Amino acid sequence: MEKFTSLTALAAVLDRPTVETDLMVPKQFLTRIERAGFGQVLFNNIRYLEDGSPNPDFVLNQPRFQGARVLVSRENFGCGSSREHGPWALEDYGFKVIICPIFADIFKSNCAKIGLVLVELKAEDVDDLMRRVMATPGYQLTVNLETQTVRGDDGFEKTFDYDPFRKEMILNGWDDISLTLKLEADISAYEQTHRDLWNGGPLSAA
Amino acid sequence: MPSLLDKIWDAHVVEQKPGQPDLLYIDRHLVHEVTSPQAFEALRLAGRKIRRPDLTLGVMDHSVPTCDRSRPLKDPVAEAQVAFIEKNAAEFGFTLFDLTDPRQGVIHVTMPEQGYILPGLTVVCGDSHTATHGAFGAMAFGIGTSEIEHVLATQTLRQAKPKLISVELTGRLPQGVEAKDVILKVINMLGVAGGTGHALEYRGEGLAALSMPARMTISNMTIECGAKFGLMAPDEVTFAWLKGRPFAPAGAAWDKAVAQWRGLKSDPDTTYARSLSVDLSALEPRVTWGTNPSQSLSIADGRVPNPADIDSPDERSAAEKALAYQKIKPGTAMTDLAVDYVFIGSCTNARLEDLRAAAAVLKGRKVAAGVTVLVSPGSGLVKAEAEKEGLDRLFTEAGAQWREPGCSMCLGMNPDILPAGKRSASTSNRNFEDRQGRGGLTHLVSPASAAAAAVAGRFVDPRQYVK
Repeated sequence: MEKFTSLTALAAVLDRPTVETDLMVPKQFLTRIERAGFGQVLFNNIRYLEDGSPNPDFVLNQPRFQGARVLVSRENFGCGSSREHGPWALEDYGFKVIICPIFADIFKSNCAKIGLVLVELKAEDVDDLMRRVMATPGYQLTVNLETQTVRGDDGFEKTFDYDPFRKEMILNGWDDISLTLKLEADISAYEQTHRDLWNGGPLSAA
Repeated sequence: MPSLLDKIWDAHVVEQKPGQPDLLYIDRHLVHEVTSPQAFEALRLAGRKIRRPDLTLGVMDHSVPTCDRSRPLKDPVAEAQVAFIEKNAAEFGFTLFDLTDPRQGVIHVTMPEQGYILPGLTVVCGDSHTATHGAFGAMAFGIGTSEIEHVLATQTLRQAKPKLISVELTGRLPQGVEAKDVILKVINMLGVAGGTGHALEYRGEGLAALSMPARMTISNMTIECGAKFGLMAPDEVTFAWLKGRPFAPAGAAWDKAVAQWRGLKSDPDTTYARSLSVDLSALEPRVTWGTNPSQSLSIADGRVPNPADIDSPDERSAAEKALAYQKIKPGTAMTDLAVDYVFIGSCTNARLEDLRAAAAVLKGRKVAAGVTVLVSPGSGLVKAEAEKEGLDRLFTEAGAQWREPGCSMCLGMNPDILPAGKRSASTSNRNFEDRQGRGGLTHLVSPASAAAAAVAGRFVDPRQYVK
């Protein structure tokens, strides 16, 4: 996982509640077995017209939002399917930070695993931020994970809560599997003392 | 004092330290072809193995066709995905129910059917509908591909403990009203994000009277209100359903297991972050009108809302958007909406009991002209059982198509796709825009209601067909 400490970048707005992972990466792309390249199909069905050309009405197709690294959206972002293809697509497209009032649980875990920073702000602060971004072409935000702050040049400044464990992982760019594998002795000890529990039945069908 | 969740959670803690989520042991890892490829590839690149292949069980369901299953599959990308899980099973050494296996089916139908899901276990799968298995008193939840890789490599996962919401079910379901109607009501009450950060624990005498398939339907869709877990304490119904299944303990081990399982319930003084109550006897068959599963109402007398009447600006704009996508005018009666497709299947509603409920409506009747009906049984074993009862003939004689098991039209990532502009009555779990096919218009209903829509060619209360 890439380290993340702080970022100052162009912000874009996707003013839509309950952006499901289905919307991020529609099912027709889920048969791919590769991890890379999902950025091209991010928001495919609303981003492209049926003929494959960019949909001029889709907000992220606007010239002013090209190169955006921070996305501001509405509540329940990432709900629905557990598909990590959604976070992969957001990351591959170039987003480093997503801001919304509340994220879906599985999406939150998935993003933490790849170092995509999710910032939860109050609904009224998200409203305020959306207005500011829309009113000012080129609006940049500084998101600092270390200090847990979001700041705009026009005086917008908010702090946010962040899980301390996930924060440490992302600040250091640690690989959590390597860390867990260091606990091999604990895992083996657990298995020895809990055999009855997980071995309630035969582990191959009769 | 401890809740059902506490009891299962505490029994699985491998490492607990302040300031970090607990490291939990995972007892059962269910794997399918769509969300696992990148995890296996990463494992391979890192030179890692599956720590416990014996606690890992795979099946292919999402991208497989439900009619022509000859190999190679017609879609070369789907074929590559199916071939990849076969390769991974062979190389990493875990059991896979492949397309030739009679046990193949929708993962959340197949695994419980095999007795692989037992009370008190932790169960994960790269699929949000893993919540299904909470119906057994298992702590079951959906995970992403990075987490799959973590479980494969370590058989553990770090998790933040959710808060608990109590959902008390009182009364008995009237004839013709099904578990699907119960969960649509619960999601309607909580909203699509009402369960975020929480586990739902279903309780009460109303629950005790429900069968295991009905309970699985309810737990399955718990994720649609944002909660990863839909827990139910195991009881005699659970034990009777599990006994004798291939992976369930037998003999003395069975008796010992049941004795342990009886303790798996929340203590009476358990405190809940929130409580709600649903009177089952007052429920009616429901249908979703919008583009998220919380937007549902009664079929018989439901009219879609008029956004102009909604006070909250957010809800008003959501309703406007949903109605525009669904091509429905404000105030329309649900019974005035004609359907083009009916889908009976999915991890929510493809068990034998579901097929029987649909068959009871279709028996001696014909599918309305112009309506396409797909029935995809939840597993090869469900299919065989249904055929033994003659349900396949009943469906085909009524004009429905009897298919092979798979996720089918629930998510349209296989040849079963809802065409643009077509309206479906579907027993699946998500009515998101484009879910069943780009531009498809989905309405979620119970199996009986889906069958009734097939007969009438529009949404109707199924109780007029089943007395």
